Amino acid sequence: MLNKNFYLILIISLVFAISFWIGFNVNLLPAEASINAPIYDELFKILFIIGLIIFIGMTIAVIYSLFKFRKRNDQIGDGIALEGNLSLEIVWTIIPSIIVLLIGLYSYNIYDRMGGMKELNHNHEMMSSNTEKIWAGISQTSDNEIAINNLSIEVSAMQFAFLFNYPKGNFISGELHVPVDQKVSMKMESKDVIHAFWVPEFRIKQDIIPGQPTILNFTPTKVGKYPIICAELCGPYHGGMRASIIVEEESDYNEWFNKNKKPEVNL
Amino acid sequence: MTISIDPQKTNNESLQPKGWLRYFSFSLDHKVIGIQYLVCGFLFYLIGGTLASAIRIELASPMSDFMPRDVYNQVLTLHGTIMIFLWIVPVVNGAFGNYLIPFYVGARDMAFPRLNAVAFWLIPPSGLMLVASYFVEGAAQAGWTAYPPLSITTPQSGQIIWILSVLLLGGSSIFGGINFIATIIKLRRPGLKLMQLPMYCWAMLGTSLLVVLSTPVLAGTLILLSFDIIANTGFFNPVLGGNVVVYQHLFWFYSHPAVYIMVLPAFGLVSEILPVHARKPLFGYTTMVFSIMGIVVLGLVVWAHHMFTSGTPPWMRLFFTIATAFIAVPTGIKFFNWVATLWGGKISINSAILFSCGFIINFVFGGITGVALAQVPFDIHVHDTYFVVAHFHYIVYGGTVFIIFSSIYHWFPKVTGKMLNEKLGILHFIITFIGFNLCFAPQHWLGLNGMPRRVAEYDPQFQFVNQISSLGALLMAISTIPFLINVFLSVRNGKNAGDNPWNALTPEWLTSSPPPVENWEGEAPLVEEPYGYGKEISEQK
Amino acid sequence: MTTLDSSKEIQKNNSEVNETHEDFRIFGLITFLIADGMTFAGFFAAYLTYKAVNPLPDGAIYELELPIPTLNTILLLVSSATFHKAGKALLKDKNSDSQKWLFFTAFLGIIFLICQLFEYFHLPFGLTDNLFASTFYALTGFHGLHVTLGTLMILIIAWQSRTNGGRLTSQNMFPLEAVELYWHFVDGIWVILFIILYLL
Repeated sequence: MLNKNFYLILIISLVFAISFWIGFNVNLLPAEASINAPIYDELFKILFIIGLIIFIGMTIAVIYSLFKFRKRNDQIGDGIALEGNLSLEIVWTIIPSIIVLLIGLYSYNIYDRMGGMKELNHNHEMMSSNTEKIWAGISQTSDNEIAINNLSIEVSAMQFAFLFNYPKGNFISGELHVPVDQKVSMKMESKDVIHAFWVPEFRIKQDIIPGQPTILNFTPTKVGKYPIICAELCGPYHGGMRASIIVEEESDYNEWFNKNKKPEVNL
Repeated sequence: MTISIDPQKTNNESLQPKGWLRYFSFSLDHKVIGIQYLVCGFLFYLIGGTLASAIRIELASPMSDFMPRDVYNQVLTLHGTIMIFLWIVPVVNGAFGNYLIPFYVGARDMAFPRLNAVAFWLIPPSGLMLVASYFVEGAAQAGWTAYPPLSITTPQSGQIIWILSVLLLGGSSIFGGINFIATIIKLRRPGLKLMQLPMYCWAMLGTSLLVVLSTPVLAGTLILLSFDIIANTGFFNPVLGGNVVVYQHLFWFYSHPAVYIMVLPAFGLVSEILPVHARKPLFGYTTMVFSIMGIVVLGLVVWAHHMFTSGTPPWMRLFFTIATAFIAVPTGIKFFNWVATLWGGKISINSAILFSCGFIINFVFGGITGVALAQVPFDIHVHDTYFVVAHFHYIVYGGTVFIIFSSIYHWFPKVTGKMLNEKLGILHFIITFIGFNLCFAPQHWLGLNGMPRRVAEYDPQFQFVNQISSLGALLMAISTIPFLINVFLSVRNGKNAGDNPWNALTPEWLTSSPPPVENWEGEAPLVEEPYGYGKEISEQK
Repeated sequence: MTTLDSSKEIQKNNSEVNETHEDFRIFGLITFLIADGMTFAGFFAAYLTYKAVNPLPDGAIYELELPIPTLNTILLLVSSATFHKAGKALLKDKNSDSQKWLFFTAFLGIIFLICQLFEYFHLPFGLTDNLFASTFYALTGFHGLHVTLGTLMILIIAWQSRTNGGRLTSQNMFPLEAVELYWHFVDGIWVILFIILYLL
């Protein structure tokens, strides 16, 4: 018996060791370029390791059973008439429940750190009328304030392009330029069908639903050029509906902003 | 004179066509209807598979070069709709349910044989209509989810035919569900207790409850959507003051349970197959029953996890995260129980058991990604990407379709009296298993790294991984060849199976193979222990 | 060895050869009505969500007059009672009485439909005017469809309950019971609809 338990423990520790090794050494995710990204990757790593342990464990159990308990040619008759084992079943009800509950609470914590659990207050400065309802997308806000600076950007999504309106500079751009390490606040609206704003490197995605202006906040942390991808089927050219987000140093950003800036038109 | 329909005597044998012709008739025999469902579903599987191949050919290169973009969207819409509504749901419910449930409850037919035949005969016309819509003005191109406003703005005829077809298929599914509930609850042989029923009955009872409770909501939703398209109302049209998120809620109220409608019967079927070939009783019968009912209840209250990026309020996201994650518990119990069923058995390694074990491995993988997807912060990154596509196919292909094949290997001798060729069967399994994993495992990486779903063109950096995936799809297409050869050869000159080649104890094997028209020559046997393997050994000792 | 010939597994009981099951057609009908009820539930959910989330544009008319729908509610409730009377009469083999009650029930159903149409023609809004109007017509129209079908079925069973050669007798109550159940269901839906649509 001791021998049997020894092998069981050995295999379980091997499964754990392999899962942790893979979890820490195999990177399946793109670069981390926003405050959200490292938080997301932390969750991903935990889920990845737990998933690997369960998957490798179950696979070994199935393949081992097929091999060990296969019917040999000289065998006749049935296996043992074992119809259940209450304590075993209680164990594998309670342990998964605890794991699932812990994962749920942990992901709640992650989501809170991403700022997703906060109700956005509805007095966005760009709101045209008070009756208009603004929908909160996932937002990276350390406080409940929405950035009131040059980085309030209005995003229009349409078949099949994104347009970025910089109200402070009174110009519209097809590329999204933002300075690094500053909170960007976007009010997104769709002109026709549902689109989605997705930047894989930022780990953020928000559907842009016609009739529901939505706010999305994020803070980029790494200079570079990243794709903006429409993730919701929006018509024949859905695959081609892409734009770029260019994260640059503040000085470069200001240069670009001032170059494009148009004088205010006073009506 | 009293006129009452006696379900035991509805089949007038002399009036039914004989031989292969009866499969083309309005037969009331549940076994004939079951085979009709299976063959009809398989033909649509071949169509849906061809469409899938077209998608993978298009995606072998990053440019949109194989077909026009709008045709691509039609192809992916048809692929999804056909595979769900015309292959998996009818086969895993209709085909096996009709064939097996009357045996399992000890009846000679279903509770409502005429309704049963009507339910089947709704399927071929609506399926053909759906396929034909491509040749009219182009098929629907808003995806199988048909999200408005896209579905309102795309060409109307295709979308209307799609709605009509899905409504008919939904009706067929509801009729089937009513029939299964009535058969299992009311038509049981006297003396047969609910807790003695084979597990597939429980799975079908749970599935049918989901069908009856959720499919009508989809029907209502699609009726409203068709008003938006034809009559210019504004239920889901934001231009006219409508609300597209309401559509998503109503749609997913059906379409999330639909996943369980596709998967629960597979859980039931695998619970029949494993004990027979492992020669062991099903482990934990009672917990299996409760976990099925747990999945049914939880399955009805998790739909909004498909909408985490649709501007849902935080409390809703939290609730649906926890509810969804908890489905993993009853599901996990079932998987542990199956492994425990294998443990200590005397397992005959054959195609049926290999497909079942392939199912366990694939589904565990799909289940793990499912728990991950239930977490809002995780889902926000990968929602609507190839990660979701991969997860979904691990559940419905790696899960349910593997079980459909497993069941065909298991019950083919019952239906035809002939054995399938084991060598071809194992070849079929190996190619399918490798092809499937090669096709869908890499798609997880694609989704995580920035490839959205339903695109005809993508970032060239993903080309290599997409080509691996397409290679896997090619293998999956090839894998049907040994299967088809096997079926045709075995039907013509397969080895005679005898009445009970597997020495199984479930009731359908206690009659001749193929069974007589009313299932039993004499009285239906009372099977109190459908999984009583190994019992007699211990008694002899 | 597990064998099948062990008579333990196959217990034959000859007394059950001519066994008949209890009538489960009503059970099937109840299942169907649950499904049908879920369609209405979907519509109600949509209506209530719209009401909570989507404000109507300024100047939209969504006031409903109460007299006609109140009359309709009373009509349907009375018709449920008269239908019940028909069943009671048939049970006592008073076929002609039963037929009279059935015709009266169908008459009430027709009056209901006429009132409903009258209301439609005198409402200040059309199907596509605004979201409220669309949901109003969808809900009442779908219910009206049910009433129409129910009325037709009542007329059919009323014809079948004729004294000479009618199929509907106290020995064959199923058609009447089924239609009655359906009629009560349609009634119940109307009461919910009346409360949600007109009173809330």
